[in-house]
Amino acid sequence: MGGRSAAVMAAAVGRVLRLCRRWGAGPGAQTLRLICTTTAVQRKNAGASGPEKYTEAFIKKQIEEFNLGKRHLANMMGEDPETFTQEDIDRAIAYLFPSGLFDKQARPLMKHPTEVFPEQRKIQWGEDGRPFHFLFYTGKQSYYSLMHETYEKLLNVQKHQDELIAQDLPLQKEKRNLAGSRWLTKIELEEMLVEKMSDDDYSRFIRLLEKLVALPCADLEEKYIQKFSKEVPAQLQKVLIEPLQYDERGVAFSTGEGRRKTASATAVVYDNGTGKITVNGIDILHYFPVLQDREQLLFPFQFLGRIGKHDMVCTVSGGGRSAQAGAIRLASAKALRSFVTEKEVEFMRQAGLLTVDPRVKERKKPGQEGPRRKFTWKKR
Amino acid sequence: MALPRLLRAAAPRLYSTAPAPVPVPVPVPAPAPALAGSRPRADDDKLLTEPLKHPDFFSVKELFTLKDLFDARVHLGHKKGCRHRFMEPYIFGCRLEQDIIDLDQTMQHLQLALNFTAHVAYRGGIILFVSRKRQFCHLVESTARACGEYAHTRFWQGGLFTNAHVQFGPGVRLPDLLIFLSTLNNVFEPHVAIRDAAKMNIPTIGVVDTNCNPCLITYPIPGNDDSPAAVELYCKLFRMTIIRAKDRRRQSEAVEELRSKAEGN
Repeated sequence: MGGRSAAVMAAAVGRVLRLCRRWGAGPGAQTLRLICTTTAVQRKNAGASGPEKYTEAFIKKQIEEFNLGKRHLANMMGEDPETFTQEDIDRAIAYLFPSGLFDKQARPLMKHPTEVFPEQRKIQWGEDGRPFHFLFYTGKQSYYSLMHETYEKLLNVQKHQDELIAQDLPLQKEKRNLAGSRWLTKIELEEMLVEKMSDDDYSRFIRLLEKLVALPCADLEEKYIQKFSKEVPAQLQKVLIEPLQYDERGVAFSTGEGRRKTASATAVVYDNGTGKITVNGIDILHYFPVLQDREQLLFPFQFLGRIGKHDMVCTVSGGGRSAQAGAIRLASAKALRSFVTEKEVEFMRQAGLLTVDPRVKERKKPGQEGPRRKFTWKKR
Repeated sequence: MALPRLLRAAAPRLYSTAPAPVPVPVPVPAPAPALAGSRPRADDDKLLTEPLKHPDFFSVKELFTLKDLFDARVHLGHKKGCRHRFMEPYIFGCRLEQDIIDLDQTMQHLQLALNFTAHVAYRGGIILFVSRKRQFCHLVESTARACGEYAHTRFWQGGLFTNAHVQFGPGVRLPDLLIFLSTLNNVFEPHVAIRDAAKMNIPTIGVVDTNCNPCLITYPIPGNDDSPAAVELYCKLFRMTIIRAKDRRRQSEAVEELRSKAEGN
């Protein structure tokens, strides 16, 4: 059997070669290039055609069959066909067709066709073969028709501008607020068109929109432009500064919290003070023997020029001596914001008094002795 | 069939200038299958064969005159240095190093091309307008939409015709006629679609300028493809021909239906 088919194939190939020679022999004969292939190669690659496309009529028929089947199922189960929900369907199917298969997706399924057949482009041409869209043969009909429409709007606006110039009328120049809006992202646009596009295509489209928006009379096509822009709420990070609180004696005070490495501190700053600072019930001279730490504590007051004017009571825990000093500094700076004008708050922010220090201890990595230190390298 | 046409083009003065009767278009587009089922076969054949008996069934000659072509600057070619060797038969002369295209020949070629377009549109064929000139992209697409036909004025993906069943899906119908408003692409090379259409046996009509290669185009139209006036004229002519042909078809079908109803009664 194998030998016979091989002989047949060899004969076919031989015939083809002989034909070539005969055709090429005569003078001025047309040379036909006959490609010698085997039958295996000529078989159409069925998998390469992509996912199967469904016509609209097919989907509609499936929906009708589903609804009919749902009513039959309800009758079978002895329930009311009108109030038969999807959960009832699932239960009925599980009862009528019990399946011991492990994979849930392999078990019998009865769902609405829109869930079963994936959302995709239905077949783009009618019964006579003529495509519906005039840009079908470009391959990317939605994207190119979008470009075509946008360019048409651009031409309209330019024509309107030319008319106004011809009549010597002033062109409207109301600045469109671009700060509060953004263009649709590539993914959002792809969802809108139900068609994939490349990054170049997307950037080209955005450039065209920008060009349209930049024209003086772009208000003419405001509605069209709004289809592709989204509102971005202005997220001004306005941190609320707490107002001053008053204790029983009538003295104004304010609290602040701060962290540095693993130390966390809370500071209560009182007005009309003498510059007394207490940490965990202990005076700072005793709690922080090192000058550097005390300097850190006093920095916010020194910056604002209020050294002898405020009293401070703080509690701090965790960390080491330097970390605790830094935590208290941040806490006191936050507390002082309530006593001070907005301009001075901005100065403090620029000086770095209100910024949380993000530096923490870096972890040790495997294969190394420390976070950065590698093991000693030995040549041999 | 191709040989006498080439000879005529090579030495136009030696052959008579009277236009030859319209040859039957060789790749005849198949009549739309939807129409075939609704009417008896004999009427269908009569509808399709009737136009082929007349040399100018759609009176395409009255759509334009030589003066219209001249006013639209169709005779202006490129400079002498850009001239393509195969365009020499179509060039009338050279003035101050600019080539002037022979409008008599252009008239004949344009009539042939418009007649062919009309026949294809009459038989319900798919017509695809192709142009890679950025300034006329919008105009060409609008023209195609106005006629109810198709356009491709964008980047040409490699296997659009030759790999159509993979790119579009099985059962896609390829265009029956390609109309090139400009045969060159953006790098001044012949458009890939000319070669692909020749591979897929699709007839082409193309406006060939003095720097273009008219070889593989079935119905070349020597003329200017750069001036807006010229391209607008071509678009207008093609649009009018196609609409005229489609209206004629609808009229003929209506007449046939009335006649068959009368005969049935």
